[in-house]
Amino acid sequence: MTRTDTAAADAPLIECRSVWKVFGDRSRDAIAAIKSKGLGKREVLSEFGCVVGVHDASFTVDKGEIFCIMGLSGSGKSTLIRLLNRLIDPSLGEVLVKGRMINDMPAPELRELRAHTIGMVFQNVALIPTRTVLENAAFGLEVQGIAPAERRRIATDALTRVGLADWLHRYPRELSGGMQQRVGLARAIAADPEIILMDEPFSALDPLIRRQLQDEFRQLTKQLGKSAVFITHDLDEAIRIGDRIAIMKDGAMVQTGTAEEIVMNPADQYVADFVAGISRIHLVKAGSVMMPIGDFNVAAVGALPTTGLDADIDALIHMVLASPQQAVAVVEGGNVRGIVTARTLLEGLKGDHAPPAKVA
Amino acid sequence: MKEKALLSPGEFVAPVISWLNTNAHGLFKAISTGVEAVLGLTEAALLAVPGPILAPVIVLLILWRQGVSMALLAAGCMAVAGLSGLWVETMQTVALVTISVLVAVVIAFPLGFLAAKRSGLESALRPILDLMQTVPPWVYLIPAVMIFSLGKVPALLATVIYGVPPMLRLTTLAFKQVPKELRELGAASGATGWQTLTRIEIPSARKTLLIGLNQCILLSLAMVVLAGLVGAGGLGAEVTRGLTRMEMGLGLRSGLSIVAVAIFMDRLSRRALG
Repeated sequence: MTRTDTAAADAPLIECRSVWKVFGDRSRDAIAAIKSKGLGKREVLSEFGCVVGVHDASFTVDKGEIFCIMGLSGSGKSTLIRLLNRLIDPSLGEVLVKGRMINDMPAPELRELRAHTIGMVFQNVALIPTRTVLENAAFGLEVQGIAPAERRRIATDALTRVGLADWLHRYPRELSGGMQQRVGLARAIAADPEIILMDEPFSALDPLIRRQLQDEFRQLTKQLGKSAVFITHDLDEAIRIGDRIAIMKDGAMVQTGTAEEIVMNPADQYVADFVAGISRIHLVKAGSVMMPIGDFNVAAVGALPTTGLDADIDALIHMVLASPQQAVAVVEGGNVRGIVTARTLLEGLKGDHAPPAKVA
Repeated sequence: MKEKALLSPGEFVAPVISWLNTNAHGLFKAISTGVEAVLGLTEAALLAVPGPILAPVIVLLILWRQGVSMALLAAGCMAVAGLSGLWVETMQTVALVTISVLVAVVIAFPLGFLAAKRSGLESALRPILDLMQTVPPWVYLIPAVMIFSLGKVPALLATVIYGVPPMLRLTTLAFKQVPKELRELGAASGATGWQTLTRIEIPSARKTLLIGLNQCILLSLAMVVLAGLVGAGGLGAEVTRGLTRMEMGLGLRSGLSIVAVAIFMDRLSRRALG
């Protein structure tokens, strides 16, 4: 099979350029009105009878990255993820996968793309009830026309990776929710796609299993070198899994960044309310909480224990407690960048501290 | 004297029927001949081997494919029909039901499927189906007999009309019940529409589809018996004869044979396809 990587090899895996999705017969008019008059969701519904799903979303997903899209129900995240493999056609804007526009891609190429490049895992798992676990996991391969023996081998491998080697010939109804979702994941990775779209896959699971699957998913994705777009309504989950997080509200992306960026510098009150309850202990790093050396007794700096910019608060607490001066020097490339003391740690934990120390 | 009816669709329908009779007689004659030929062939096939030989063969086949309990059930059902001395009539009824159900499914399945995908079609079909199911079957036997005269063809027509609604409704329900994510799975895995239909939708809809088929078979059987009134032959004719002659014995024997056919078809349709 020849993959046409005509567009630059270093193009992002997924790129959305000002993508809109408005449901309804008068979506074009509605978008024009939103753009020119700044209509809100409610006015669009009453004036045009249209529902805004995605409101001018632009973002990229790079190779090897797990990109989380977090939003409450009705924020448009499920619509957005379906635009990426064109289960839903965008009203306006461009979606590029590996540098290729998929908006007007002919059906056979689109099928090819979905079969080989973009996999998907669904919230309610979507296992075919009349098939065994193995047959379910092999579904994508079967559709591609891969021979039975070969697809059974590949699907068995994928199921082994998610720890279901002993369940190959069971039916979905015999499995717990967590195990069913593992089958969903195995089915997605069996087709060996470069990108996996995860549509709230763990939302229906109980907290303990969810946590376990989150860790396994992240590990597996990184180990296989896959990229993922992961939809969730749970910020904790987004932080646990995502390399970068986008927060959606009313169809629009309010803020995009790493977990630390979003927690430390929420773009608006909506995001700030969201992150208020998030534990910062593993999230906030030395680089964000340290204070400038200027405030510290310079002569003593040399005697302090040192750490890197990436040490989290949890690690810093242990170090500060162990340090005779109750302070730690943050070092980058041999130079001391700042100092962390018990006071700066408390400020960092609390949240509304002074802006992070700028490197002098 | 009876009151004059203010609403009388018959005034319009009857002339249409007689117009059809005079002007499209050839067409109906051809349909009639065709249907009778197919029915005749099916009956001939079922009766080609005498009952005492055919029945054990069927029982053995079922024993092989479906196991002991189904085989015992089949043996019991066929024994009732055979020992009642109504084997030939039973086979006639089975032939008529089989062909009726095939025709009903061929009509109902595609329409039901389309109705599941297009809500407009579904709402257009609903009143027609209501009509088909609630108008007493005797009523549409009248035009059927007017066009095709007495015999098996009007019986088949009436039976199909009776058998289509349950199959159609349950087909629509079956496809509507397929979770949206399962349909999306097909597309998201790179499957074609046909692959999604045959490998995801139909298997997921199977249970409800089978209930539809089962209902179609049982209602068709009920109608075929009723159609004994218009000369459909088979067990229905025996029931009618028993009724008109007040022959308790004949009525009971044919009645039990009908029950035997019903149980046999019901259980087998559930098992063989389930």
